[in-house]
Amino acid sequence: MRDTARDSQPKNTIVTPLEEEIPTDMSNSKARFPLSWQAIFTGALFLFMYLPILVLMFYSFNQSAYSAGWEGFTLEWYRRLFADDRIGKALFNSVKVAGLAVAVSAVLGTLMAVGLSRYEFRGKKLYQGISYLPLIIPDIAISVATLVFLAAVGISLSIWTIVAAHIVFCLAYIALAVSTRLADLDSNLEEAALDLGATPVEAFLKVLLPQLMPGIASGCLIAFVLSMDDLLISSFTAGAGATTLPMEIFSRIRTGVKPDVNALSVILIGASGILAFVAENLRYRSEQQ
Amino acid sequence: MSVSTKHQPPSNNFGPQGDSGNPRFGSRWLGPLALLGPAGVWLIFLLVLPTLVIFEISLVPNIKPGGIVNPSGLDNYFLAFQGVYIMVVLRSLFLAIGSTLLCLLLGFPVAYWLAILAPQRWRNLMLMSFILPLWTSSLLRSYAWITILRPTGVLNSVLGFVGLPGLELLNRPPAVLIGMTYSFLPYMVLILYSSLEKLDRQLLEASADLGATPPETFWKVTVPQALPGIAAGSLLVFITSLGDFVDPELLGGASSGTAARLIYDRFLGQTQNWGFGAALSMLLIMAVSIAIALLLKYGDRDAQP
Repeated sequence: MRDTARDSQPKNTIVTPLEEEIPTDMSNSKARFPLSWQAIFTGALFLFMYLPILVLMFYSFNQSAYSAGWEGFTLEWYRRLFADDRIGKALFNSVKVAGLAVAVSAVLGTLMAVGLSRYEFRGKKLYQGISYLPLIIPDIAISVATLVFLAAVGISLSIWTIVAAHIVFCLAYIALAVSTRLADLDSNLEEAALDLGATPVEAFLKVLLPQLMPGIASGCLIAFVLSMDDLLISSFTAGAGATTLPMEIFSRIRTGVKPDVNALSVILIGASGILAFVAENLRYRSEQQ
Repeated sequence: MSVSTKHQPPSNNFGPQGDSGNPRFGSRWLGPLALLGPAGVWLIFLLVLPTLVIFEISLVPNIKPGGIVNPSGLDNYFLAFQGVYIMVVLRSLFLAIGSTLLCLLLGFPVAYWLAILAPQRWRNLMLMSFILPLWTSSLLRSYAWITILRPTGVLNSVLGFVGLPGLELLNRPPAVLIGMTYSFLPYMVLILYSSLEKLDRQLLEASADLGATPPETFWKVTVPQALPGIAAGSLLVFITSLGDFVDPELLGGASSGTAARLIYDRFLGQTQNWGFGAALSMLLIMAVSIAIALLLKYGDRDAQP
């Protein structure tokens, strides 16, 4: 039995594409949408996933945000939102932090991923382990550590300390995306460039980097979204006046439902929908190559 | 600071990995240093040293900002296992385990349907739309549940409409459980999907041919093959919900303090006690490390059926 499992592993790739024509499963109706209980269950959970988003949309246009029923259509909350400069300022801070952190991480993370794939050295496992630690350690622990360290060495908090702290986790996500891309690249191209007389720097910039671009781009996108979304690390490392958007939202909704936050949610959800679409497009295109 | 030499690629024992073994790099260590140095320095200053510093601070009882650091023992750690705090630690574990089980229970049929039963050409699109909410603000998604779960909220309006008594969930642990399950379900589905997608369909077929009933095939063929995915997905949900701050804070009310909220309050709240907060953070890091060590130890064994 064991051997069959192992032997049939490569065949698996052949079986899958055929599957549309030849149903291989126990269920007979595979060509059309089969109405199994799993299908109904999945449908219900789709509703579950989108319910909160629909609810926010509904209430952002509702005249009375505090009652459960529909009290009539209004754009009042959106008007109030756009008149609120604290939101605008917080959004600006967030974009600034995310933009800077991602820009620095894109360079450091790409170099790191290339370095890790290219060299063997003592302590490589340790280096690798540490670099992916931010993906695993809870945000709250990273926040606390960064705050205590900054206090211990006497660096005063500002918007720059947020950027510095965000680079740590942005780095990990970008390096991860670049490593994945590196794993299925043809390393012969770079070698050929070197053989043809390119300097290592030229070979890196002109041959390797363009090939890595889809990985870098999708890593940057994820890092940007996560940086924009971060509440804890920003809260712990922000100096006076460096309020980011999640911090501003958090301070408002801590005390309950706020109708203008509903309106803000709808706008942000729209924006992230567009980002997700761009990201998927990038991924799709890089797979086509 | 002596740690800072650690990242430097050692000059000994350095051999380029076959493919790009070009001797044209100026000297043997220039390449590695240029590629790995900048990120290494950053990680040492903003991740490694900070973690060492909170470990040091965690040994100081009753420290406040500006206080004198005088490490004197494990009192802060003992405190975490006393009185009210042990309740908080246990509640955090309960919520993390609960949301992991809920995610597994809800996520498995979805991943199974998406990976095996759904029409091939729709699979990717449907998986993508299922995890799409991950792209939106986690804070706002949890916030939306306030509107749904509050006493006069959406859920109770619907229940009232069909003639059922209302539920009081908000500001109680069940609301936190719902919020966490909602927040982390997409991760679980994503990981289970990639594990089920690789499932050897010929084995399912063979099992059916040999006379196994569908439940038998499911428990004896499908589940064992999906076990690494189940373990990885559960671990991810467990560690993320163990450190989650937003869901307990927004949905849990005063009755559902968790470790993350306790840490937050010891640093940014009214009852500041950096040493205790640091000790709790260390405990959180240790709990996560233990979970990962368990996965690495038993996960590998599961990978070879």
